[in-house]
Amino acid sequence: MNSSVIVFPGSNCDRDIAVALKKFKFKNKMIWHNDANLPKTDLVVLPGGFSYGDYLRTGCIASKSKIIEDVIKHANKGGLVLGICNGFQILIETGLLPGTLLRNKKLKFISKNIFLKVLNVNNSFCLSYKKKNIITLPIAHNEGNYFVNDRLLKEIEDKNLVAFKYCDEKGNIDEDSNPNGSLNNIAGILSHKKNILGLMPHPERLIDPALSGQDGSLLFQSLLSSN
Amino acid sequence: MKITNEIINRHGINQDEYKKIVNLIGKKPNLLELGIFSAMWNEHCSYKSSKKYLKTLPTKNKIVIQGPGENAGIIDIGDNDALVFKIESHNHPSYIEPYQGAATGVGGILRDVFTMGARPIAILNSIHFGNSKHPKTKNLLNGVVSGIGGYGNCMGVPTVGGEVKFDSTYNENILVNAMAVGLVKKNKIFYSKAQGLNKPVIYVGSKTGRDGIHGASMASAEFNEDTDEKKPTVQVGDPFTEKLLLEACLELMKDDSIISIQDMGAAGLTSSSVEMASKGNLGIEINLNKIPCREKRMSPYEMMLSESQERMLLILNSGKENDAKKIFNKWNLDFSIIGKTTDTKNLVLKFDNKEVANLPLSSLSTQVPIYDRAWKKKLVPKKLNYSKSFKTHKIIDSLSKILNTPNNSEKNWVWEQYDSTVMGDTMQKPGGNAAVVRIHGKNKAVALTVDSSAHYCLAHPTTGGKQVVCETWRNLISVGSKPMAITNCLNFGNPEKDIIMGQFVECVDGISQACKYLDFPVVSGNVSFYNETQKNAISPTPTIGGVGLITDINNMITKDFKRIDSCIYVVGKTFGHLYQSEFFREVMGIKGGPPPEINLFNERNNGLTIQNIISQKLVNSVHDISSGGILVALTEMCINSNIGAKIKIPKDSMHENEYLFGEDQSRYLIEVSELNKNKVCQILEKESIYYELIGKTQESFLDLSKDFSISIKDLKKLKSSWFNNYFNEH
Repeated sequence: MNSSVIVFPGSNCDRDIAVALKKFKFKNKMIWHNDANLPKTDLVVLPGGFSYGDYLRTGCIASKSKIIEDVIKHANKGGLVLGICNGFQILIETGLLPGTLLRNKKLKFISKNIFLKVLNVNNSFCLSYKKKNIITLPIAHNEGNYFVNDRLLKEIEDKNLVAFKYCDEKGNIDEDSNPNGSLNNIAGILSHKKNILGLMPHPERLIDPALSGQDGSLLFQSLLSSN
Repeated sequence: MKITNEIINRHGINQDEYKKIVNLIGKKPNLLELGIFSAMWNEHCSYKSSKKYLKTLPTKNKIVIQGPGENAGIIDIGDNDALVFKIESHNHPSYIEPYQGAATGVGGILRDVFTMGARPIAILNSIHFGNSKHPKTKNLLNGVVSGIGGYGNCMGVPTVGGEVKFDSTYNENILVNAMAVGLVKKNKIFYSKAQGLNKPVIYVGSKTGRDGIHGASMASAEFNEDTDEKKPTVQVGDPFTEKLLLEACLELMKDDSIISIQDMGAAGLTSSSVEMASKGNLGIEINLNKIPCREKRMSPYEMMLSESQERMLLILNSGKENDAKKIFNKWNLDFSIIGKTTDTKNLVLKFDNKEVANLPLSSLSTQVPIYDRAWKKKLVPKKLNYSKSFKTHKIIDSLSKILNTPNNSEKNWVWEQYDSTVMGDTMQKPGGNAAVVRIHGKNKAVALTVDSSAHYCLAHPTTGGKQVVCETWRNLISVGSKPMAITNCLNFGNPEKDIIMGQFVECVDGISQACKYLDFPVVSGNVSFYNETQKNAISPTPTIGGVGLITDINNMITKDFKRIDSCIYVVGKTFGHLYQSEFFREVMGIKGGPPPEINLFNERNNGLTIQNIISQKLVNSVHDISSGGILVALTEMCINSNIGAKIKIPKDSMHENEYLFGEDQSRYLIEVSELNKNKVCQILEKESIYYELIGKTQESFLDLSKDFSISIKDLKKLKSSWFNNYFNEH
């Protein structure tokens, strides 16, 4: 499977995602934000980090980068797009996913491992979570508090476009297991065609048993098996 | 402008020093030149009070590639890999403006590491605040923690460890010490020494603004009632620009364009240009009209003394300018050829086609005054008889009291604001014996820790100095690493006072003794004096950053109990030393008496033996016993694993409070499976190490004979209660 990771000034999880893609045998290319065209690719990844220093609004300036036009074209043709953390914020700013990501409820950066429930396993990103739907991944963000208006919230819930919700180790989705104040504990959402996934947690950081877990691996395995 | 005594004084230069300057340069300095002297001759940059004693530290052994004197120290960790690291203080600015002070502290230390060609792989810190009830503490804590996180998180370098401490001695002088660790190929290390004549001198990075002017001088004086007016001397950080600068520098470093490189830290353009040229025994000429400025009409004085962040000075091989410029343009950074190396051995500054300063470089480097300040010896405090009332304190009440203090409470409130997992190699996060970071793509890892013991150092500086090195060593041993080297940050009051100078001299002596004995060289560091406000000095606080190597990541070990029915041993002899302990301070309110003694033979012997036992995979978990004694250490082994223990104090020993809360040194708690019990005991006996069985692990309760039984769930609550209550959260 061919993948392209877009590197913006201030991206800082670009290496981590490249390492993960390589581990799972993707043919990956790093693409500079200022390039005009994407190479032929199956998957585009917008990595985590602080693109443009998070200045103005997280993801906002990156969403106006030269390469983004091509990313939107790729997405509209049904190509796969994965946005992790800052990448999710960028996807929202481009309008490819609905809603917005506010500052965390307690106004603090949060870095820790959290539990997630996988709610939609019928898409290219989550197929392998059929066998395990309560997982652990790290989060590390300041603006991950998902918000959207009531109408759109109803729509994404009704159409089963919420891929991940924060939960506790038993899978309970409640206020206590919500780290950042996200509406309905939303941690990641899919586009209507389910070819775009944006999520705050970092699957690329937990793909190695030496680092006490590999729940992130299943996401990459899903992508491969969907191909 | 006439240079009056008042102007000289305001530059922190005394009359004797001024006379020496005039003598050295054969003229009266103009204001710009005086400013340059002020920047180079202040304590922070010149080490004039400390140099004599720093020379006594061991700085070499076969793994040291670069000792003190460069941007950071470097050690060899095999396979052509080298580790670059240093710790540095940013105390004064952080008290004045906590967010920016702490953030730029992190930024500065990261630059020190990537200047040498290394990609930073970890950040640690040691932060000390005043009494938690002091009106400024909460705000300072909040600001410093956000600042450290704000900078490191944006840089994408994991903050993996550190320590957070509180004591009223820091009420008006907080400490913010930041350590950075980087990885470089041994044959791709870059240094600051200039070489070659007429080589282009290049300025890259952010523009120069009016921030941080005289920052280093500010950090070389006591605080007084005007401190709040010093905000303009604090630099403002931009981690985004630093991230671009990091990537641009590493990209340029791939080939051989760079002759030498130096970041602009304290005393900015002045110290970087002076250091590069004087190390190369050359001269340097700078045209100040070429400096990229953020504001209009900046004077040469402001340009030379600004401490604007995220700037670097490079000397390139001739002809490489265009290729280098392309890289910096790609990253949207300024790139300006500002001058050249010369053979004059002078620093020459030009502005508007006029020479505005001309100083012999030696007057700013080798001929900086060195002081042999008066100092006073501190005797070991007497062991006063303490009242037998200590026996009346119930163990469980004392434990609750100790855990519910800011110093012993769990620090998740702090750690969770730092991205500790970016770069995907963090094997042990903050909160363990030491952090562990895997060397990317390899089967080896480095163990990292930062420690200090100000109470011990205040009580007896020599013992305290030894103890803090040993504590570092023990923490590195406890994760399964081989301790390699240290970096130190020496935080003290005003060295012009003999008591303070004595604390410094004796702490350094203690550090030196321990480092020599343990073959644990000091490869970098920094001294921060004048942590003093209106005659109140901080307790002597040397902070040690330690680095260890784990050659096989499968040998890494954590402190969490692993399974039930294992044996728990205390390794090392318990004498029940309660002076200067958490038990005396927090439970009894007793502050006097000597710190626990350090026996370096036992320290090394116990440590190396534990290392041997770990490498043979004979233990399930290891925790060193430090502040709070055996019982606090046991608690920490239970909490994360949810595994408890049934403990019985060995017969015929001292009073149980002395046994459980005593802070005798060189001890470890180990968890050993029944199967390995005999082997472990044999090894300990062979090495003549005192050990005793104190109990066994069990499910979910910590029981002590008949005295108490507490669930791990309740222990967790106790351990996390203080921070949660302080911020009224969760």
